[in-house]
Amino acid sequence: MSKHHVRQRDWQSHPPYTHPPYKSTMLRGPSKPLVPIAQTLSELTGPVFGHECVAELDSDLTKNGAKNGEPLGERIVVTGRVLDEDGRPVRNTLIEVWQANAAGRYIHKVDQHAAPLDPNFFGGGRCVADDDGRYRFYSVKPGAYPWGNHHNAWRPNHIHFSLFGPCLATRLVTQMYFPGDPLLDLDPIYQSVPKGARERLVSTFSIDATEPGFALGYVFDIVLRGGAATPMET
Amino acid sequence: MSPKQTPSQTVGPYFAYGLTPEQYGYDHTSIAGPALVHGEIEGERIALTGRVLDAEGQPVDDAMIEIWQADANGRYAHPAGARGSNADFAGFGRAGTGCDAENRFVFETIKPGAIGDGQAPHINVVVFARGLLSHLFTRAYFADETSANAADPVLQTVEEARRGTLIAERRQTATGPQYHFDIHLGGVRETVFFDV
Ligand SMILES: [Fe+2]
Repeated sequence: MSKHHVRQRDWQSHPPYTHPPYKSTMLRGPSKPLVPIAQTLSELTGPVFGHECVAELDSDLTKNGAKNGEPLGERIVVTGRVLDEDGRPVRNTLIEVWQANAAGRYIHKVDQHAAPLDPNFFGGGRCVADDDGRYRFYSVKPGAYPWGNHHNAWRPNHIHFSLFGPCLATRLVTQMYFPGDPLLDLDPIYQSVPKGARERLVSTFSIDATEPGFALGYVFDIVLRGGAATPMET
Repeated sequence: MSPKQTPSQTVGPYFAYGLTPEQYGYDHTSIAGPALVHGEIEGERIALTGRVLDAEGQPVDDAMIEIWQADANGRYAHPAGARGSNADFAGFGRAGTGCDAENRFVFETIKPGAIGDGQAPHINVVVFARGLLSHLFTRAYFADETSANAADPVLQTVEEARRGTLIAERRQTATGPQYHFDIHLGGVRETVFFDV
């Protein structure tokens, strides 16, 4: 089998399983240490999702839920590169995204926030990184929303991301934030990530990525665990 | 300087329309769902079921489980799967726990074969939930594979008292064999989770 091994999860970069200010971690985060195991074919393989999983409108959230017009909100284009820790592009990897609408409301049935749904916005989509690891999707800027963690708790504006990378060990689910958001300092989910690492979750505004007369550009690069064999090499 | 890993964040409570839309009845296609078997596939058809329980034993109704497994001949559908892949069986499934009255996940799949490196047959399980800041890796082994389990190098790494948390019990049901695998996020029966 492959002699490749994927680098360990870097626990200086990832949040701990229990983080008392984020209350639901206390009953859901395991309390015993993870058991380290040698990587086997089970972790060094993983599902292969590529371009065949993405339909034409999947990467345009301003269109994929449109019923009779355009969604409300500030149009954005989010782009960046998926890299591994060696700086190599992670090619042709699937990225799934989901988010609240511009008013801070999810289409999800259990979201009871008294902000309006947008009949022209669904909020879920996906795209695939190209040969250079570059991805791009269009959306509207998600609104902040309240949650029940503590008195007057509000999540900062964010977009949820899910990535596979080359194998099961490189799986990542995360959230992208927006620069200058005053709620970041108050958010226990963002703050759960060690200082020095959490800043990687904040996208940067880019006038170069901004499309004139159309959409504000935000850049968010994503780094997955390194060392995995790529399908090209095997 | 080499780039550093992007930190993990919780999947949150609202993943259903983004990651498991078909299962939850949203008008969007899913890349994978709870049924792994489509059409004729070699191997014993089984269901892998279970619940996700918090440290107080309460079922979690907003977890998402992913499974990744070999086919009946022990082949992973991936280029690194040295023995070639089976194009008819992707081996990947995804299910939320919010669609079942008992908050179970119910995968329809086949029993995987041994992959040939000394490991017992197993299904790789990844757990995501609100309140889980990073996903968890565990494995479901099969209770009726006693001798293979006894020789499995990963099970041997685990202290004996906790090994049972990785074994799925076999039950015969009206719809066929079912392996039941409850995942305890905490408490006295906390499931073994791996740093892989
Ligand atoms: Fe969210």
